[in-house]
Amino acid sequence: MTDPSTAAAATSFLFGRLSWQSLPFHEPILVATFAVVATGGIALVGAITWFRLWGYLWREWFTSVDHKKIGIMYMVLGIVMLLRGFADAIMMRLQQAMAFGGSEGYLPAHHYDQIFTAHGVIMIFFVAMPLVTGIMNFVVPLQIGARDVSFPFLNNFSFWMTVGGAVLVMMSLFVGEFAKTGWLAYPPLSGITYSPDVGVDYYIWGLQIAGVGTTLSGINLLCTIVKMRAPGMTMMRLPVFTWTSLCTNVLIVAAFPVLTAVLAMLALDRYVGTNFFTNDFGGNPMMYVNLIWIWGHPEVYILILPAFGIFSEVTSTFSGKRLFGYTSMVYATVVITVLSYLVWLHHFFTMGSGASVNSFFGITTMIISIPTGAKMFNWLFTMYRGRIRFELPMMWTLAFMLTFVIGGMTGVLLAVPPADFVLHNSLFLVAHFHNVIIGGVLFGLFAGISFWFPKAFGFKLDPFWGKLSFWFWVTGFYAAFMPLYVLGLMGVTRRLRVFDDPSLQIWFVIAGFGAFLIALGILSFLIQIGVSIMRREQLRDTTGDPWDARTLEWATSSPPPAYNFAFTPVVHDNDAWWDMKERGYRRPLAGFKPIHMPKNTPTGVILAALSVALGFGLVWYIWWLAALSFVAILAVAIAHTFDYHQSFDIPADEVARTEEARTRLIAEGARA
Amino acid sequence: MSTDVHAAAADAPHAHHDAAEPHGSLKGYVIGFALSVVLTAIPFWLVMGGVFASPTATAIVVLGFAIVQIVVHMVFFLHMNARSEGGWTMLALIFTIIIVVIALTGSLWVMYHLNVNMMPGHDMSQMP
Repeated sequence: MTDPSTAAAATSFLFGRLSWQSLPFHEPILVATFAVVATGGIALVGAITWFRLWGYLWREWFTSVDHKKIGIMYMVLGIVMLLRGFADAIMMRLQQAMAFGGSEGYLPAHHYDQIFTAHGVIMIFFVAMPLVTGIMNFVVPLQIGARDVSFPFLNNFSFWMTVGGAVLVMMSLFVGEFAKTGWLAYPPLSGITYSPDVGVDYYIWGLQIAGVGTTLSGINLLCTIVKMRAPGMTMMRLPVFTWTSLCTNVLIVAAFPVLTAVLAMLALDRYVGTNFFTNDFGGNPMMYVNLIWIWGHPEVYILILPAFGIFSEVTSTFSGKRLFGYTSMVYATVVITVLSYLVWLHHFFTMGSGASVNSFFGITTMIISIPTGAKMFNWLFTMYRGRIRFELPMMWTLAFMLTFVIGGMTGVLLAVPPADFVLHNSLFLVAHFHNVIIGGVLFGLFAGISFWFPKAFGFKLDPFWGKLSFWFWVTGFYAAFMPLYVLGLMGVTRRLRVFDDPSLQIWFVIAGFGAFLIALGILSFLIQIGVSIMRREQLRDTTGDPWDARTLEWATSSPPPAYNFAFTPVVHDNDAWWDMKERGYRRPLAGFKPIHMPKNTPTGVILAALSVALGFGLVWYIWWLAALSFVAILAVAIAHTFDYHQSFDIPADEVARTEEARTRLIAEGARA
Repeated sequence: MSTDVHAAAADAPHAHHDAAEPHGSLKGYVIGFALSVVLTAIPFWLVMGGVFASPTATAIVVLGFAIVQIVVHMVFFLHMNARSEGGWTMLALIFTIIIVVIALTGSLWVMYHLNVNMMPGHDMSQMP
């Protein structure tokens, strides 16, 4: 190791480098946060115990291999982590709005650096990724008429590995500290010489554990879409959301191994003294930047492609029309998938590869806006002469179309290498990627949540609080990020803690106000869920098809039974459910057969918990814990392969009872 | 109708093979094994015996054998051909090759230019 002396001096066998000094008692902000989190956590655990829900949660949710329940758990994880990530955001906005005229603000430098790192890491890996994966998990098998994903246990395991990564990152808040390097942890800053403490190690192992989950879930969904489509559903009859999910999972499977390899090399540099990314002994930190963006750029499209799919479903449903240009939409998606591998250098034009390299990547970046633009026109033409219903999902879609075009145009600006030399690492860049991630991914996820919520729970979301949340989010977004474009053009760089020029302060105050509006948007969203649960009888969806929609997931009940479809549907056309409705489809009411289904298993939870222990041991140099949990992981995984009773049959009369209940519900709904 | 096939596929992917697809024979495995042993032994001999004078030539020949080795594994052990799984394996292979080639050549290109342009002692007037 280059310089482990400072850390090594204080290590003990039992606790590694963990000691009382690692706990941040001297940081009043963290102590207060811990008090709030601990109180909330104890209240939650107490409530679950009081209402005797542990058994229910364990049997029906944690150990479940049902893709619908796993999807919902992913969404819950994403929303909980959104609160953490947003807390970081509003702390940064407050700091930057205060730290003028000699004021140091309220955050010490080492704390502020952890906050901007944690914000980026959490928002991408533990908010956007779980939400996207959750929606894909819930919707894709239903859309293709399948009973579950290809590998149901693997799905449960993937989810818990993602949770494991999130737990490790959250742990760093109160035990030790998080990385102070920015969200991609560039060396040499993230090397052992400049970051000798545990922050970067939390980063590495948190992402590696979550990365296992992401990669496996990518393989799983890819296999599901390729192998488990209902009879008659050819590739060119796939719903567009499933198409974009397919391409996203191709990207996941191809890109995440690169991240894993890069982080593994960084870990080797830090743990065993190799020199992949150091400044000396032949190492090259620029290679890390190059490799991590080979993962990083496809990652952007991993997030946005499913959102494009959601907007396609929403636009055609709420315009009452077949999607305009289905084929061009599919080809645009595929072209984006391949092109997303050809643009990575635009993240480091300023590194110095020279004019020829920069112009190549500048041009490929501009080219990728062409298929994206084609998609935009397809949505517009779908709406043209449609009978548009301005329900919540449609409102999010319209807000997306406006906001995303602005973000896309600033992106093309940044793709011009000479312009990028001025704008690189400025707040203009920060404004740009928030513009596309919030305006694209997040608006898409909100559209998706309000669109599929009735399918998942059997009642619609309350429209009043939804609209409130919508307006707070949209206005809040513009107030928070348009000032950053201005500041970026004036040359303000990102990640600054204090400012000298007092004329800049007003822009940061406006941005801070925008963040406050977004806070109200998040609050309204949470209230919306609470209000909807209380008003669930009024908002009940008895038909299974509350929006008069077009794809197969709306053919079954809301919420769908464990087996999704009593009989596998047969597909004759695009928009299979619409086609079935047009042909006067009647639900089969008799002749049910037993349905073969996978059994729940606790192995996923156990493996993920052991992985957290492994990660914790590695972070703190507690080698006995790391070794022990690693051996335990292998033992549990091998033992699981000897469990030959992983499936059971739902008896035919139980299927009949479930379907009869649905018949009664539809009749009640028709009478009401 | 297809309900049963479908449900079985849901939890037991190993029971979900296309019946028409041959899944390797003893003969195939033996041929594959023999080929991969030979293809491993020759590079060892090339290096240990110092057959070529130039190390570069040795490296290139060893890389060539490595590529042949990959193909042998894919054909004899992974049972890949243009028709298996309705062409999906071939499509996946082509995509993988494209991505690997992009990542490798791209990285080499980028890092080479970076090295030429940014290393100390470099004359700015020579920039491409």
